[in-house]
Amino acid sequence: MKAFLILEDGTVFTGIHIGADKEIISEIVFNTSMAGYLEVLTDPSYAGQAVCMTYPLIGNYGVCQEDMESQKGWPDGFIVKELSRMPSNFRKDLTLQEFLIRQNIPGIAGIDTRSLTKILREKGTMNGMLTSDEHYDLNTILPKLKAYTTGKVVEKVTCSQPYEIKGAKALADNGPLSGSARFDPNAYAKGKREMRPSLVKKLNGAGKRVALLDFGAKGNIALSLAQRGCDVTVYPALTKAEEIVAGGYDGIMLSNGPGDPKECGSIIAEIKKLYDTDIPIFAICLGHQLMALATGADTFKMKYGHRGGNHPVKDLTTGRVYISSQNHGYVVDTEKLDPGVAKPAFVNVNDGTNEGLIYTGKKIFTVQFHPEACPGPQDSGYLFDRFIEMMEKTLRNGGNNA
Amino acid sequence: MPKNPNVKRVMVIGSGPIVIGQAAEFDYAGTQACRSLKEEGVEVILVNSNPATIMTDKNIADKVYIEPLTVKVLEQIIEKEKPDSILPTLGGQAGLNLGMELEESGFLAAHNVKLLGTTAATIKKAEDRQEFKDTMEKIGEPCAASKVVETVEDGVAFTNTIGYPVVLRPAYTLGGSGGGIAHNQEELESILENGLRLSRVGQVLVERCIAGWKEIEYEVMRDSAGNCITVCNMENIDPVGVHTGDSIVVAPSQTLGDKEYQMLRTSALNIISELEITGGCNVQFALHPTSFEYCVIEVNPRVSRSSALASKATGYPIAKVAAKIALGYTLDEIKNAITGKTYASFEPTLDYCVVKLPRLPFDKFITAKRTLTTQMKATGEVMSICDNFEGALMKAIRSLEQHVDCLLSYDFSELTLEELKERLKIVDDQRIYVIAEALRKGMDYDTIHEITMIDHWFIDKIAVLVEMEQSLKREPLTLELLKEAKRMEFPDQVIGRLTGIPEEKIRDMRYENGIIAAYKMVDTCAAEFEAATPYYYSVYGGENEAVKTNPPKKVLVLGSGPIRIGQGIEFDYCSVHATWAFSKAGFETIIVNNNPETVSTDFDIADKLYFEPLTPEDVESIVRLEKPDGAVVQFGGQTAIKLTESLMKMGVPILGTKAEDVDAAEDRELFDRILEETEIPRAAGGTVYTAKEAKEVANRLGYPVLVRPSYVLGGQGMQIAISDEEIEEFMGIINRIAQDHPILVDKYLQGKEIEVDAVCDGTDILIPGIMEHIERTGVHSGDSISVYPAPTISDTVKEKIAEYTRRLARALHVKGLINIQFIAIGEDVYVIEVNPRSSRTVPYISKVTGIPIVDLATEVIIGKTIRELGYQPGLQPEAEYFAVKMPVFSFEKIRGAEISLGPEMKSTGECLGIARTFQEALYKAFLGAGVDLPKHKQMIITVKDADKGEAVEIGRRFEKLGYTIYATRSTAAALNEAGVKARKVNKISQESPTVMDLILGHRIDLVIDTPTQGRDKSRDGFLIRRTSIETGVNCITAMDTARALVTSLENANDQFTLIDIASI
Repeated sequence: MKAFLILEDGTVFTGIHIGADKEIISEIVFNTSMAGYLEVLTDPSYAGQAVCMTYPLIGNYGVCQEDMESQKGWPDGFIVKELSRMPSNFRKDLTLQEFLIRQNIPGIAGIDTRSLTKILREKGTMNGMLTSDEHYDLNTILPKLKAYTTGKVVEKVTCSQPYEIKGAKALADNGPLSGSARFDPNAYAKGKREMRPSLVKKLNGAGKRVALLDFGAKGNIALSLAQRGCDVTVYPALTKAEEIVAGGYDGIMLSNGPGDPKECGSIIAEIKKLYDTDIPIFAICLGHQLMALATGADTFKMKYGHRGGNHPVKDLTTGRVYISSQNHGYVVDTEKLDPGVAKPAFVNVNDGTNEGLIYTGKKIFTVQFHPEACPGPQDSGYLFDRFIEMMEKTLRNGGNNA
Repeated sequence: MPKNPNVKRVMVIGSGPIVIGQAAEFDYAGTQACRSLKEEGVEVILVNSNPATIMTDKNIADKVYIEPLTVKVLEQIIEKEKPDSILPTLGGQAGLNLGMELEESGFLAAHNVKLLGTTAATIKKAEDRQEFKDTMEKIGEPCAASKVVETVEDGVAFTNTIGYPVVLRPAYTLGGSGGGIAHNQEELESILENGLRLSRVGQVLVERCIAGWKEIEYEVMRDSAGNCITVCNMENIDPVGVHTGDSIVVAPSQTLGDKEYQMLRTSALNIISELEITGGCNVQFALHPTSFEYCVIEVNPRVSRSSALASKATGYPIAKVAAKIALGYTLDEIKNAITGKTYASFEPTLDYCVVKLPRLPFDKFITAKRTLTTQMKATGEVMSICDNFEGALMKAIRSLEQHVDCLLSYDFSELTLEELKERLKIVDDQRIYVIAEALRKGMDYDTIHEITMIDHWFIDKIAVLVEMEQSLKREPLTLELLKEAKRMEFPDQVIGRLTGIPEEKIRDMRYENGIIAAYKMVDTCAAEFEAATPYYYSVYGGENEAVKTNPPKKVLVLGSGPIRIGQGIEFDYCSVHATWAFSKAGFETIIVNNNPETVSTDFDIADKLYFEPLTPEDVESIVRLEKPDGAVVQFGGQTAIKLTESLMKMGVPILGTKAEDVDAAEDRELFDRILEETEIPRAAGGTVYTAKEAKEVANRLGYPVLVRPSYVLGGQGMQIAISDEEIEEFMGIINRIAQDHPILVDKYLQGKEIEVDAVCDGTDILIPGIMEHIERTGVHSGDSISVYPAPTISDTVKEKIAEYTRRLARALHVKGLINIQFIAIGEDVYVIEVNPRSSRTVPYISKVTGIPIVDLATEVIIGKTIRELGYQPGLQPEAEYFAVKMPVFSFEKIRGAEISLGPEMKSTGECLGIARTFQEALYKAFLGAGVDLPKHKQMIITVKDADKGEAVEIGRRFEKLGYTIYATRSTAAALNEAGVKARKVNKISQESPTVMDLILGHRIDLVIDTPTQGRDKSRDGFLIRRTSIETGVNCITAMDTARALVTSLENANDQFTLIDIASI
């Protein structure tokens, strides 16, 4: 079946329909990761967007469900050059096509994704429609596309109830770096599938309790802490600050999430209250933007954002450069930053945009990129250790209220 | 960190002659690095024994020494030039080993010279098997269970504890020389014994066999501040067991999920961080196909063949960045030259698929085993880029120029399913074709996977191509089908064959319906940023990005494709120089080539680079878009010449010598007429198509005769026949591949072989110098030792040669370069062959005479005259020194290859010896070629009857040098009779100890064995020669070479005269 991708500027791409059979309007973005399409599809930050993968061969290793970053697929649509008909991986549960149908995500294949990427690069992120209706009428569609906004998506993606992930459990499930584990053919024949490897070598977080505010959190944020031994309690985005403070946590994590940070007015107000406590806070992506907004800084929408696994960020305290996993369309405006409140801690080496802040006189640091990786490079995973150290130090100094 | 201000004079060590496992990639890396060093205002002193390289040009380095790459020579150059630093990580394993030796001996410290880039301690940690293993253990990175052994007994004992099969890897050798997989004790003992001898340190690693696992490589960069990135990862389609140089490789990895991808990426970064590598590095992994278990196979702490491939696959200039890192810069300070916007501390991301195929030399060594193992055998490689895997594979196949253009090109249709199963067990260069046939016959993926361990994903991709073949065969050719076939890069010719529709009709159908190639840019960033570098590849069914330019003048330079025996790096040298010269003259330059190892495919050589196959159809697509004012074919070897006719049909003017004149030189009748008109003698001969005709001509001329196909380079298929039986045999071999052109049969004349390269402007000629071969005619010119100035011919002969060259160049209306080979017998001169194009000797003669003939030829093509260029026409005055070009072979890498020299070229590379005297130049040349004799001072002589007289003279001279001579029965008798003391040894078939035991006993430095006529492999001589080569004993197969060697030994001297080539 034919499918069409219609852009706000009137460009139409004709390809082959894949995934669920439905028509959608969404914001079209591109991601440059060469692997990790499942992690992209299950990252709640993509809620309200349709993702185009710039790597042309997608679906090669199928879908390994244990690699999902959340319980379901989030993007409105999925755009690829070629969908593999023969997924091959020892952990494969589904084909990508099966996954898209199950998750009710429509898509298009067989279009010139590079050409689409260039349009988005030149003209900026724009809205678009995925349809398989050959009789589409641009005159009625284009005004609809222009009118479309993502809206308040955080509330759609956050969890409904708090839940807990025990440190010890995560460790037992995943073990230390399993890449070096000897393959056991007998166990394999009996159906034992090895858990995926983790980077964590030390249980430096053992005994620490962390509250994670879920604005659309990727699973690996909680997992990264849990693998280090932390007990993590995940809270819905609209949880009141008082409730969290009352929990007596050693630290608070603010997660990633979708949409325009300025749409999150009530959440920002709660975050301001958390800022005013002495609890160590580490924030990622949307969490980072929300903390900035809560403390008087500003954010703006980038032309086409950063989405991929190859963005260099420089740690301004050490001068070291790390390759990071990124997924954001908004960024903190450093021009309007009050140095009395926060200073840049990381900067993007390519375009100089802000990639992280350290808050003056506070035990708070936040990053725009994704140290939890999945997909993408694991180079900045050390930031979780930095957060744990911060909690440790606070504990040594007599706790948060000292 | 800014540039280190203490680095002002850097010595760069090249990789020496091209051998299997160390090819043109190091010229590419070295050239890029030198240019980048000079860009930073650093003075570069370059040492490399290989004269065919671009890095040894005077515009690349400030001081150029084309000298043997030995520690002694380097020490003398350091004493003379006083560099403050050495950069050893760009010259392959050869360069690295030398840097290490200089450092370890304390010489560098004593002379205040620093090693730039990765430190000696790091190199040792990465290269020394035990240290490497310990380091990996320390950081928890898994290696396969292994042990370094120094004796065969230890190896056997260890293997008994881990079980067979085991992999054996000698330490410090190139391209895995001497390695292999042993399945039982017998194999273990044999490989181990050999490996221990070939290792520089007498160590071999015995390792748990991980054959069948996925082989994955990461190219990583790290700077002195500890920042690291991966440039790209690559997946070998052939699982572990086949050397990555011989594997089909795809970039990026296709069958790895993000979890596997990042696990290995993190491991690679952990490893280079722990090793503290500064610069480029390659990490190879084996990944278990059904678990997360992996092993680190090895780390190359330097720029490598894989990094050249990664550079071309991503657009990331690894060597350039490595050089800047060596100077002290950090990755975030170095601009990404492709985008101009991003920095080197950025990981390239691909929005296309890259396939590399090895160029294997089995068409040259027809007797050799085609099996692929952990010992690399490829002489070169091709790379292709497309937006789908099928298309990339199809493009790569036709780029090989081995008479293959699709998966039907090797015919296995006669085999049954059962036979195919057996055939699949053989791991050779034809495996993908066998898989295709198995799929055609309905074999299921699981069966194919179980036998080959090739991932299902790749098997399926081959199946997609097979299905397309079937559709084209069975279905009507609709536009949809044609579009899909073109998307997968089926050439029109193949579509024509499968559908039965003439190729031209298919082309018309495409053009009428707009099914044409579009060009996409390689930009390192998947279009995320705007890129300015016009580096293109083609796809079907997409938007064209190649910007059509309308400069005043536009020229298409056709490259020479993969490096192969007979067509090596020299032609890349010519193509690059021509491109530069055209550019200087105001042309917009476009290069088309498919070889990732070369300088010509570097993104900043031409104004535009099309990384495409060099077939008429692929070139036509580019021509239609670019509409060049002309194309130049005379610099790209036979690859480019072969495109002449097609280019003319496309209406592209051929710049320089016209196509009909090129034809006249190749076409027997036309050429005979020219010779008659110009009154130049040649050996009598005739043209034939069949063995019967060949025998008639041969008998008319009288044996011996020379048999060869026309329009080939490197004497491919050329043989000296002495009987009707041999004619039958040779014609059979030649006609295995359908010949478009007749086969030539000539009377074989024995004399001195002389070669000239000349530039002709249509009126005048310029001959930079005359080269004389040490070996008599009958040995291919590329395999002969070549001396400039010609030492033994008279002035009359020289004058005759100059005169004949002038006449031939004029008669053929040459505009540009011409290469002619002559035979001198006494004062008579005969012409052997004329090539109105660049040749193998062009870089060599340019360098030793200081006359840049490619640049001159290009100027002449554009319309200048030799006089206008400031040169007096005619033969130029001879230099005051001698330059000896020595062929270098890679026989030890090709099991079963006949090593004796003949009319078919076999050498893979060359080196140069240059000195004030002929003897010293000769000695240096032998030294540069790795012939480093006196150890035991024992040698074996076994020669055919006709050579016995000369054997006496040569034997006597060796005896005088203190050699003990062993000889087989009749040779010993001849020697002893003439008063040269020779100990008689038994032939192989006789009782022990035989000549073979002597060679295997490791007390022999040299074997002189001249083969009796014929190609019979079972003969003693063949066994003796192969055994010598495989056990690392020098083996000489021509009396002239032996005489040259003894002459050089008589003049051996450790104090060299060093000549800066840049000052010539």
